[in-house]
Amino acid sequence: MRMSDFVVRDAIVADLKANTKEGVIREMVESLRNAGYFKGGEMEDIVKAILKRELLGSTGIGRGVAIPHSKHSTVDRLIGTVGISRQGVAFDSLDGEPVHVFVLLISPQDRPGDHLRALENVSRCLRDDGFVRSLRQATSREAIWGLLDDAEHHP
Amino acid sequence: MNGEPLRSKVVLQNVLGMHMRPARWFVELVSKFKSSVSVCKGDREPVDGRSILSLISLGAEQGTELILEVSGPDQQEAMNALVELVANFIKEDEDEEWSPPSLTSGGS
Repeated sequence: MRMSDFVVRDAIVADLKANTKEGVIREMVESLRNAGYFKGGEMEDIVKAILKRELLGSTGIGRGVAIPHSKHSTVDRLIGTVGISRQGVAFDSLDGEPVHVFVLLISPQDRPGDHLRALENVSRCLRDDGFVRSLRQATSREAIWGLLDDAEHHP
Repeated sequence: MNGEPLRSKVVLQNVLGMHMRPARWFVELVSKFKSSVSVCKGDREPVDGRSILSLISLGAEQGTELILEVSGPDQQEAMNALVELVANFIKEDEDEEWSPPSLTSGGS
């Protein structure tokens, strides 16, 4: 399961405007909605679910990356998006540093395997400092998509 | 007392395996000890027990057997604590907001 298999290309945010935790999550979920997901009032519910998950422990795992996520009944397959913040956002990260690279994941209610495989894939990519650096330097959705599509990471 | 590192096998019993929350609990617990900790899945390269990203990158699902290797001045204490923590992962299946008691105090 490569990142380009579940990241919604049209929902990639190359230049996040928000500068708060909730703001970033909202901006990214909104981007998925604009790309055709979560018609109706589900967006709020999903933002709430992701924020609730953050309360259990920040997904800002250090090195300027965060992987906010939740499961939700309205998706029938795992989807995600990538957002890059130039200025960095305080996210209660493990190392206290602001986050620049966000990978947001929403998985179906009862597919733990999908969630874990996506996390595995995302984390393999984000372990690569060069990959993270390239993402931060990318200035467009197309450039980010190109990086995700090319990413090939071995165990 | 020092010399040989300790090695233990643990099996992930919880439904989601080594996803982000358990990985974080693991790393936070390791940080309380001086010893170095590595985690090995199958015949893959061992990963650093202080790195959440590395732990998650194992993609260790329910039923996976992991080898913990601990080496340092407090290795026995660290190993005992880590083995107990992994055995407790299953508590999140009963209560998805469960957290290990000793890790809930303090900041991030």
